[in-house]
Amino acid sequence: MKSNTLILHTAALFIMPLQLMFSVFLLFRGHDEPGGGFIGGLVASGAFVLYAFAFGSEATRRILRVAPRDLLSAGLLFALASTIPAFLAGQPMLTAHWWELPLPGDGYLKLSTPLIFDIGVYAAVLGTIMTFVISLMESDE
Amino acid sequence: MMLLAVLSGFLLAFAVPVLCRLAGSYVGWLLALLPASLTVYFASLIPAISGGETLLFEHQWLPGLGITLDFMVDGLSLVFALLISGIGTFILIYAGAYLAGHRYLARFYVIMLSFMASMLGLVLSDNLITLFVFWELTSITSYLLIGFNHEDMEARKCALQGLFVTVAGGLALMAGLVLLAIMSGSYSLSEILSSDMALHEHAFYTAAVICILAGTFTKSAQVPFHFWLPNAMAAPTPVSAFLHSATMVKAGVYLMARLNPSLGEGELWSQALMAFGAATMLTGAYLAFSSTGIKKVLAFSTIMALGTLTMLIGVGTELALTAFICFLVAHSLYKGALFMIAGALDHETGTKDITRMGGLRKAMPLTAAIACLAALSLAGLPPLFGFIAKELLFESLLDSPLWSAALTTVAVAAAVLIVGVAGLVAIKPFFGKVGNTPKSPHEAPFGMLVGPAALSVIALIFGLAPFLPEGALLQSAVSSVNGASVETHLALWHGVNVPLILSIGSLVLGLSLLSGWNRLQPSIYAINTTAARFGPEAGYFRFMEGITIVAAWQTRILQNGVLGLYLLLLVAVTFGLTGFTLLTHHGITLTLDLTDSHFYEWGIALLLIVAAIFASATQSRLGSVASMGVLGFGVALTFILFSAPDLGITQLLVETLTVILLVLVLFRLPEFVNLSSPFERYRDLAVAAFAGVVMTLLILAAQDVQYFESISSYYIENSAPLAYGRNIVNVILVDFRALDTLGEIFVLSLAALGVLSMIKLKAEDQYKP
Repeated sequence: MKSNTLILHTAALFIMPLQLMFSVFLLFRGHDEPGGGFIGGLVASGAFVLYAFAFGSEATRRILRVAPRDLLSAGLLFALASTIPAFLAGQPMLTAHWWELPLPGDGYLKLSTPLIFDIGVYAAVLGTIMTFVISLMESDE
Repeated sequence: MMLLAVLSGFLLAFAVPVLCRLAGSYVGWLLALLPASLTVYFASLIPAISGGETLLFEHQWLPGLGITLDFMVDGLSLVFALLISGIGTFILIYAGAYLAGHRYLARFYVIMLSFMASMLGLVLSDNLITLFVFWELTSITSYLLIGFNHEDMEARKCALQGLFVTVAGGLALMAGLVLLAIMSGSYSLSEILSSDMALHEHAFYTAAVICILAGTFTKSAQVPFHFWLPNAMAAPTPVSAFLHSATMVKAGVYLMARLNPSLGEGELWSQALMAFGAATMLTGAYLAFSSTGIKKVLAFSTIMALGTLTMLIGVGTELALTAFICFLVAHSLYKGALFMIAGALDHETGTKDITRMGGLRKAMPLTAAIACLAALSLAGLPPLFGFIAKELLFESLLDSPLWSAALTTVAVAAAVLIVGVAGLVAIKPFFGKVGNTPKSPHEAPFGMLVGPAALSVIALIFGLAPFLPEGALLQSAVSSVNGASVETHLALWHGVNVPLILSIGSLVLGLSLLSGWNRLQPSIYAINTTAARFGPEAGYFRFMEGITIVAAWQTRILQNGVLGLYLLLLVAVTFGLTGFTLLTHHGITLTLDLTDSHFYEWGIALLLIVAAIFASATQSRLGSVASMGVLGFGVALTFILFSAPDLGITQLLVETLTVILLVLVLFRLPEFVNLSSPFERYRDLAVAAFAGVVMTLLILAAQDVQYFESISSYYIENSAPLAYGRNIVNVILVDFRALDTLGEIFVLSLAALGVLSMIKLKAEDQYKP
């Protein structure tokens, strides 16, 4: 299934990168403002779903570069990887670890295991929805 | 250090695929470095342990649930750890030669190393829950290994049988361990063992013992669960040698020995162990003698050994426990060696059938020599360690406080049969007339001989100088099974006494049985086929058939594929129970304060109601989906109005994607038709209305009831200082309750995989209704 309207094609090409950027923005600011991995993942899947409607599942697979299923497992691995620092430090599972890296200028880059965990959630959500959508679309063809 | 030692097997397993490619045919030797260095590490703990110490290595795991990764090393667990890593070393080398060039060699090593690590974890764990986790891991890895030749239907069936039996026992074991923890008030083995509570007087004692024994008996293949073990021989021979002789099946024995100081004082414990152990010993010995496949012979003789070990724990005197440890070590050494020899024979001759082998000593002189040495230990002949173990066995049974005469008789009968079995594996294939084998035999490669040779030589050294292992480890091992320290006196020569006379008698009888083996075969075969029809294995199959029938019946009734029915039952039951609880615990509240409501709130409420009515009344699917979307957006608006932006955004996005998914599905649905009768529709309406009423009442009631202090104030206060985040919702998701989220994304992924396989299967038209 793919649409042949010019408007959708053009719009999708413009909106998708914006939406993806927005999803990453939501992901990173999630700890302090509304957002987070779950919401970011949903917005990103919205972007890819739009692309899939415009250009079909084959093209979406190409632009995703990895199979949705692998995205799913990557998400789970990220989430599990975020438990490693606490494990090595002998702390309870999923105890948060924070690192502040000084940036050029007077900014700080705040990195943490909850962030890694959230990236995992993002990828898992994106992977789940893309698995749904792409397999549904492909069973049409 | 200990944590690394236990988990290193899992870690190395990850690297195996790469190593296999790099190391080529030397991969066996390369991987064997790990168990070899583990053996050295464990050996370095010997001095401390033989000094009577118990080492504890503490690691937190899930402190909130009282689950730790603590490891406890005492004599018993160190003996096991050394056996696992030591024999594991030779098995890995052996497997490299046995499976050389096999397509799935890497896969084999991955599972084998994981198995070894699980086994180490099992015998070293101090925490009951951790022990259970490792216990189940051994069941799962063993399942994968038995079914390693997964294209073979028979192998898959045998693997499943082993899994069902051991996992069913595992469930019982879990219940037993929890009962044990309740009784003793601790999940830590070292605390349970060191407390002087009289557990056998506790009300739960009988239940706990039955549950634990159900687990250990299935794992260690005691009668009547013994049937899965010979079937497990479908696995490649290195697996049989390692799992089904030296290690996994001993897990049950290990646990019984481990818990003996705490549970051993009850009569139920000792009598059950003696009765089942003795029955298993005799059954195993008889079946071993009556089999013709070399691996089956060895498998049944393993059952005999497991029975003997169980029985010795049951007898429970100091002498019996000494015999237990010696028999355990002796058996692991000779059985590992003999299995590897059996694999070499199979590999070089192309058959497992003893009746087709003969006179192989000319073609395979080294194999023959090693086999004879190991078989001497099996038969319990001097100067091997097996002899010492057997003498101790007789001596302790003669000395048993209970059932002495019966147990001794059974043990002598088993010994007679085992002498015959030793002859079957060492004399029949290698001496006599040259047999007619599918392949023309030649000597096995070096990698396949180094393991059995080393194990047999160790058995010989231990036999000649029993004070070596005794001083180092065996004495402290016996002490940890006994619960109090024990002085042991091992010697090869005890002078002429009753045990020695029994040994000589059983040797003579065994040899005469062996000479008549060919003549006895037909009648034994007839007996066994008749017995099989009523045996426990037939019971297993009938039980499994029963499960299938029940499953088919309940699927027809409850899961008949009519989605509407599922929904109806789910809603009716959920809201029925909720409504009942609400009525009985709280009563009905009908007060509602509407004074500070705004007109736009009324607007949204109206929108929601209209959308809901339209969605259920419309004949058009697209219209229904769209109005469901409106409903969802209305809910999102409500969230935003009551300042829950995160929920609002999520709801909005989920609604959008749901509508998209539904639209994708809509295209494939058939034309809309009314299939339900008016009665069914009114029934559904009634249930739906009921659910709505209950939900409304619940919300009204929830406003003025607070059973617990709300936890949200804790989150609000601690979100920024503890978790460095101002967005509480996200902090809860990724930090405070991250474990829940982890579980949820796993569920999400499983759902995705489920949908994927459902759609793919349908696309390939595999199942047409």
